Amino acid sequence: MSYLIDRRLQGKNKSAVNRERFLRRYKAQIKDAVGRAIKGRSITDIENGEKVSIPVKDVNEPSFGHAHGGVWEVVNPGNQEYQKGDQIARPKGGGGSGRGKAGNSDQTNEDDFIFELSREEFMNYFFEDLELPNLVKTQLTATTDFKSQRAGYTVSGTPSNIHVLRSLRGALGRRIAVGGPSRKALAEAELELETLLLADVPLDDFRVVELKKRIHHLHTKLLAIPYIDPFDLRYSNRIKIPKPMTQAVMFCIMDVSGSMDEQRKDTAKRFFILLYLFLKRVYDKIEVVFIRHHTAAAEVDEHEFFHSRESGGTVVSSALNLLNKIIDERYGAGQWNSYVAQASDGDNWDNDSVLCRQLLANTIMPKVQYYTYVEITDGPPQNLWEQYAQVPEIHQHFAMQKIVTPADIYPVFRELFKKQPK
Amino acid sequence: MNQMMKRPPHPRALPEQSEWTFELIEQAHEEIKRVAEAFGLDTYPNQLEIITAEQMMDAYTSVGMPVSYSHWSFGKHFLSTEKGYKRGQMGLAYEIVINSNPCIAYLMEENSLTMQALVIAHAAYGHNSFFKGNYLFRTWTDADAIIDYMVFAKNYIAECEQRHGIDAVELLLDSCHAIQNYGVDRYKRPAKLSLAQEQRRQKERETYLQSQINELWRTLPRKAEEETVAQAPIRFPPEPEENLLYFIEKYAPLLEPWQRELVRIVRKISQYFYPQRQTQVMNEGWATFWHYTILNQLYDEGVVGNGFMMEFLKSHTNVVFQPPVHSPYYNGINPYALGFAMMTDIRRICENPTAEDREWFPDIAGSDWKQTLHFAMRNFKDESFIAQYLSPRLIREFHFFAVLDDDRNEKLSVSAIHDEMGYRYVRQQLADQYNLGNREPNIQVWSVNTRDDRALTLRHTQFNRRPLNQQAHEVLKHVARLWGFDVHLDTVSPEGKLISTLECKREKRGRLI
Repeated sequence: MSYLIDRRLQGKNKSAVNRERFLRRYKAQIKDAVGRAIKGRSITDIENGEKVSIPVKDVNEPSFGHAHGGVWEVVNPGNQEYQKGDQIARPKGGGGSGRGKAGNSDQTNEDDFIFELSREEFMNYFFEDLELPNLVKTQLTATTDFKSQRAGYTVSGTPSNIHVLRSLRGALGRRIAVGGPSRKALAEAELELETLLLADVPLDDFRVVELKKRIHHLHTKLLAIPYIDPFDLRYSNRIKIPKPMTQAVMFCIMDVSGSMDEQRKDTAKRFFILLYLFLKRVYDKIEVVFIRHHTAAAEVDEHEFFHSRESGGTVVSSALNLLNKIIDERYGAGQWNSYVAQASDGDNWDNDSVLCRQLLANTIMPKVQYYTYVEITDGPPQNLWEQYAQVPEIHQHFAMQKIVTPADIYPVFRELFKKQPK
Repeated sequence: MNQMMKRPPHPRALPEQSEWTFELIEQAHEEIKRVAEAFGLDTYPNQLEIITAEQMMDAYTSVGMPVSYSHWSFGKHFLSTEKGYKRGQMGLAYEIVINSNPCIAYLMEENSLTMQALVIAHAAYGHNSFFKGNYLFRTWTDADAIIDYMVFAKNYIAECEQRHGIDAVELLLDSCHAIQNYGVDRYKRPAKLSLAQEQRRQKERETYLQSQINELWRTLPRKAEEETVAQAPIRFPPEPEENLLYFIEKYAPLLEPWQRELVRIVRKISQYFYPQRQTQVMNEGWATFWHYTILNQLYDEGVVGNGFMMEFLKSHTNVVFQPPVHSPYYNGINPYALGFAMMTDIRRICENPTAEDREWFPDIAGSDWKQTLHFAMRNFKDESFIAQYLSPRLIREFHFFAVLDDDRNEKLSVSAIHDEMGYRYVRQQLADQYNLGNREPNIQVWSVNTRDDRALTLRHTQFNRRPLNQQAHEVLKHVARLWGFDVHLDTVSPEGKLISTLECKREKRGRLI
């Protein structure tokens, strides 16, 4: 007796629970590894999961075994030249030849344990402990909004929703369908009558009389089909769907003055990408607005934002004014969660920095969820930094950090978005 | 046999194609079964299961069982297997076969028809008949009950996780795994595993065990007359105990009943795999010999064609390749190569003995090869099998030589080679190499301080002055976690002289960390 069973569709992914257990156990190490993986490398492919390595000593499962030493006598295959009694130099590293695996590993220089995290797993570690400031507040204060949306037609509804075209089209169809047999019979009767009349049958012939009666009857019957029936009525259907409040807009503001070289732009870009990925996880829908400025500000597309070589002096307030205008025009009325990330090397036209602070504190901050300012510089703080530093005193949802090298991006990001004590 | 002779040349020849279908696998299986039975292979009923590569990895990484409890180390193995497999660094095992009744053999869907036939012959008839016939498996395993027991273990452990938390269970299992190779009674035959029995007895065991332990660790003062007797230190345990897990299960002072049950589960499963660890050369050799013999028979009959045979021989040759010691691919002796060579050699000694064979193997030279081979399969383990059957001819073919590595000498020395003077020596050395007792450090429970701090002392009796590996201290921590009090590990010479000692102090007395 024997069986052949197709097991391919069953019991898939049985190791998922063990895999989950493994990740659970090494959470701290994996988080470290994820942090290391992000440092100094491109963030654009971050969403693709990640190879992660853990020091092998951590994942080792110890067991009793022999170490090298004492007396080992081992039989090996493949003797070519040796005779009994030959002396052989000890192989380097002290291992006896062909000790095989019997000696058990007590080497400490083994490679790390490397494995792949799926994209989802990676992102979970990546964003753990991070949250958007003020997110909770918005969700609590927002009254649930419904959006009315068309959803085909129904057979019942209020008169104001009657859809005339659909109703008439239905009525026409019904009339054709219901009247069909009668019309056919009428045509036949008329043809028969004509034939009889052509054959000079007298008008009072009973066949003619009958046919006339029949034709009259059929005409009446056809006329009796109602032009429109309550059955035909179709109403426009509108349903209410909850309007997603979790929509956000992210403003990326970047200084593209001459001092922002390619490297700094790249650093800023990574910061923005990180922010984008982060917001993307929280919001169903997210829009991104790119604003670049030197002495004047402009809204541009992403490519332009990062790659344009246009340059000039620096007036930061131009960007803030534009930001304010865009919020008012397109993202106002509390419908949107607005986030602003500004990157600059901190170099600004002297008198402008004060203006910036006033703009921020008085006009912009009340309209946004969170405003982060990163200064990408290795020099001392400039006047813009000093002015901005006064903003958090008035508005707590303002944060600023300094980034010197790309390796700082992630720690700074974490610092800016770390979970706030409740 | 008769039926075989009468068969016309190609009555049910398998088509020359590499894609398998269910019909073709059944057809191949029918033919293999017929030939295997004609050769006298006695097997459990077979259950062939077609699985995906991913499922193969699953099976591969959870102790090769279709059901197993959850543990991170299985996840670790899965991740590293998956990594290797995805990068194409390694192929998956062609086959996994489970010592159960019915015997479950996995066929991976990616395999060609030829490979499926190879796996069926190898696993479903080779390994299967070995499981059913070999004395170690007959003694130590119960093919009827293992799957049930694994189900019991999985459910019980899942229940414990719910009740006591995943962390608590995981820590305990980690500790048990660290000493699972020391969970076997080498000389006592274990009781048969049976699900019904296990469940019935589990409750009794809880209460009974606890009462035993309470007696041992009684803290109330003993009666006056006992007091005088008790002055003389009573050794506990009276005899050293080699089964660490068993000792812990029975006597660890602080384990909860459910924790004892977990220790027992790891011990039982470890015991189940004990025969496999001792019969690798034989088991693989036997299975390889039979897939080779069966498929060749099918070729001779004309059931399989030339293309089939070419593909089969390619895989077979890869499997039985033994790189020499100086090769960069050398990774110890390949059990498939040695086992297959020995099985084939025994048949040769029976069928075409030379004068040397008659001198070395007077009992089997010229005997019926099938009977002789079956006898060998049934009654030996690797160590004794090699000691009994490794012929001078094979020692020459493998160019075996023994090297003595004594750390007191500056150089290694060749102690014997494949010549007249060396045959017996090489054979005995190779046999010893497969002796589990030599391979693993000899560590036993030596004593327990029942009067004072309840410390447990393990004793490592050194073999050939070999030191313990650096992991020993880590393992000791695990033992201490299970024992609940200080643990010492004394290393002594074979004469009983103390050489060194390791200890693991419990920082918080009585708390299972």
